Amino acid sequence: MMLNISQRKTVKHWATGLFAWLVALILFFPILWMIMTSFKTELQAISQPPLLFWETTFDNYILIQERSDYLKYAFNSLYTSVGGTLLALIIAVPSAYAMAFFPGKYTKDILLWMLSTKMLPAVGVLIPIYMITQMGGLLDSIYPLILIFALMNLPIIMWMLFTYFKEIPKEILEAARMDGATTRDELRHIVMPLSWGGIASAGLLSLILCWNEAFWSIQLTASDAGTLAALIASYSSPEGLFWAKVSAASTMACAPIIVFGWFCQKQLVQGLTFGAVK
Amino acid sequence: MKILKMSAIAVAVTMSCVSTAQAADLTIATVNNGHMIEMQKLTGHFEKANPGINVNWVTLDEGTLRSRVTTDIATKGGQFDVMTIGMYEAPMWGAKGWLEALDFDASYDVDDILPAMRGGLSHGGNLYAAPFYGESSMIMYRKDLMDAAGMTMPDNPTWGHIEDAAAAMTDKDNGVYGICLRGKPGWGDNMAFITTLANSFGAQWFDMEKKPQLDSPAWNHAVNFYVDLLTNYGPPGSSGNSFNEILALTNAGKCGMWIDATIAASFVSDPSQSSVAEHMAFAQSPVAVTHRGANWLWAWALAVPAGTQQSAEAQAFVQWATSKEYIELVAATNGWASVPTGTRSSTYANKNFTDAAVFADAELKAILSADPSNSTQAPSPFKGVQFQAIPEFADIAGAVGQQLSAALAGDITVEEALAESQKAADRAMRKAKYYK
Repeated sequence: MMLNISQRKTVKHWATGLFAWLVALILFFPILWMIMTSFKTELQAISQPPLLFWETTFDNYILIQERSDYLKYAFNSLYTSVGGTLLALIIAVPSAYAMAFFPGKYTKDILLWMLSTKMLPAVGVLIPIYMITQMGGLLDSIYPLILIFALMNLPIIMWMLFTYFKEIPKEILEAARMDGATTRDELRHIVMPLSWGGIASAGLLSLILCWNEAFWSIQLTASDAGTLAALIASYSSPEGLFWAKVSAASTMACAPIIVFGWFCQKQLVQGLTFGAVK
Repeated sequence: MKILKMSAIAVAVTMSCVSTAQAADLTIATVNNGHMIEMQKLTGHFEKANPGINVNWVTLDEGTLRSRVTTDIATKGGQFDVMTIGMYEAPMWGAKGWLEALDFDASYDVDDILPAMRGGLSHGGNLYAAPFYGESSMIMYRKDLMDAAGMTMPDNPTWGHIEDAAAAMTDKDNGVYGICLRGKPGWGDNMAFITTLANSFGAQWFDMEKKPQLDSPAWNHAVNFYVDLLTNYGPPGSSGNSFNEILALTNAGKCGMWIDATIAASFVSDPSQSSVAEHMAFAQSPVAVTHRGANWLWAWALAVPAGTQQSAEAQAFVQWATSKEYIELVAATNGWASVPTGTRSSTYANKNFTDAAVFADAELKAILSADPSNSTQAPSPFKGVQFQAIPEFADIAGAVGQQLSAALAGDITVEEALAESQKAADRAMRKAKYYK
C-alpha cells in the first residue's frame, strides 16, 4: 500500500516519537530501578528473578534519617555546587569575553590546553592537593571543594561561553565603543544581556557536575563538610547486603538535582546544543 | 570593686578555657559493616560515661576507607583520631611509627583477646590495633541439599570431598550450583580465598629467599582445581563474584556450599536475611595436602594514628569499643546473637552466646586453627595467612588476582595466568630490593 506524503509524515512523526521514548526509557531505566529497589527489603532487593511487584517498605528511608543528617549533607552539596559554579562563572565570563573578542595568536591553543586538563585523572594530583589543603588547615571544609569544583568545571564553562560570545556580532560592540562604552560597559550592558541564556546554561551544567562530583568530596571531607556523594558512599558495605539502603540514599541524593534538571531542561538542551547546527 | 570585677572576668575566661580544653571531638573513620553501625548507635553510652568527648563518625566503603586513611596517615593529615584498619595494615603501620601503641588499664583484660588476633595486630611486642571483630574462613553449606544428594559433610573435609559434594548438589536446571567461591579480582577478594586454597595444596607465595613461587607445580595444581571446580559446578559469572555477590546468591538459595569469612555465618543463618536460613550448617575449611593456612585470619580493628591531637580520648574510646563490657552492652541491647565475635575468649565461654549463635563452635575452631606465623607447608619468610605482611603485597596480589580472574573467565589459560603472575611478582620484589 502506497502512503501519501501526509501519511508518510505522520508515520515518520510517530516512529521518531516512539524511538525517542524508547531511548529515554533505556536511559532512565537504571534510575527507575534504583527508586524501585529503595522501597524493597534487602532480601527482596537480591531476589532472583527480580521482583516487579512487592510489598513496599519505607524502612530504608527511615534508617537513613536515623543514621545520617541528610540535611547537613544536602546543604553542603548546595553550598559547594552553587559556590563552585559562581566562582567559575566569575572567572570564565571575562576570560571568554577576552578570548572571543580579542583573540591572540595562542587563544585556540590556550582553549585546547584548558580542555586537555580534563584528561588528567583526579587521583594523579590527590597527594599534592591533599597536602596543600592540610597545610592550609582546610581539610573537612567546604572552601577547598568550592575552589576545586570551580577549577574543574572552568574549561567546560569557558568553552560554552566562548562559543556563545562568538555568535554576538562584533558590529554591536563596535557601535557601543563609538558611543564611548568602556570594556566593562560592553561586558555588563551588551555581552552579558545578549548571552544570558548561554551563561545560564553553562551555570546549570556546572551545577549538575558539581552536585554529582564524588572523588574530591569523599577524599577531602570527614564529618563536617561531606556532600551527598559522601552520604551514598557511607552505605556501601564490604560484608553485608546494602543494595536497598544504598538505593534509598542515592534516590535522596539524586532527587533534588533531578527535579532541578526537569524544570531547567529547556535551558540545558539549548546550552548543550548551541552552535551544533548552523 | 574594680579588682573584684577583673578577678571575676579572669575566672570566667579561665573556666571557659578549661571547659574548651576538656571538650574533645573525636573523628572516627570506619566501614559500613553491621557491627560498626551498631557501635555508632551505642556511642551515646561512651559519651555519657566520658563527658566532654563528642564522637563524630565518617563511614566509607572499604576501598575508599583504605585510600583515605592511608593518605591521611602518610601525609600526617590528622583528620581522624581513631581509624578502622585490618590485620594487614596494623603491624606494618605500627612498625613505621604511624600508629600509637595501645596502652590500656588492667580492667581491659588484654589477655582475654584471642592469641591469634593479638599476635596479628602487634609488632615488636606492642599492640597497635584492638580487634573489634575477627574472622576466619569456613564452609557454609545447605544441609538439605547435602542430605538429598545422599552425602555427609565431615568437620574437616578434603577438597576432593568438596568436589564430589559440589557435583552431587549441582542442579543447573533449577538454578542451584554446588559451590560458590570468590572470583572478583583483588587482594582482599579472590586472592584472599585462592591463597588459602593454595596453602592447603602445599603452595606458598615466596620461598625463604623471598622469591615468588607462583610458577610452582603446587600453585598450578591449586589454581587448575579452583578453575575446574567453579567452571563445572559454580554459578555463571563467578569471575565477578566476591563476598556480597555470593552472600546474595546463598541467601537466595542458589549455592550448595560457600567457603568464605566466618562473619557470613550470622547472615546466612538469619531468617530475616536468608531464605534458606534453617538449612545452613557449617564445617572447617577443606584441606588438600596440608591443613596449614587452609583458613584465613582477619580482624577489623581500631587504631589511633600517631598524628592525633587527642590521644588519651582516642585510646579511651578504643578501650571502650573493644572491651568485654561493650560486648555485654550489645548483648543487653540486641541479644547475644548480635555481639561482635572473633575477638575474646570470654565471648565463646559465655553459654548465652553459644546458645544464641549456631556457628559459634565452628567459628572459634577456625580462628584458633589459623596461625599467621606458620601458614604454609614449607617455611615462608613473611607473616600472614591469606596475605603476606609486606607493603608490596597489595599491588602484587592485585596483579595476580587480575590474571587468575581472567583464567576463571576463560580469557587465558591457568598456565598463562601463573606465568604472568610470576613475572609481575618477581618484578615488584626486585624493584623493592628484596633480592637482586
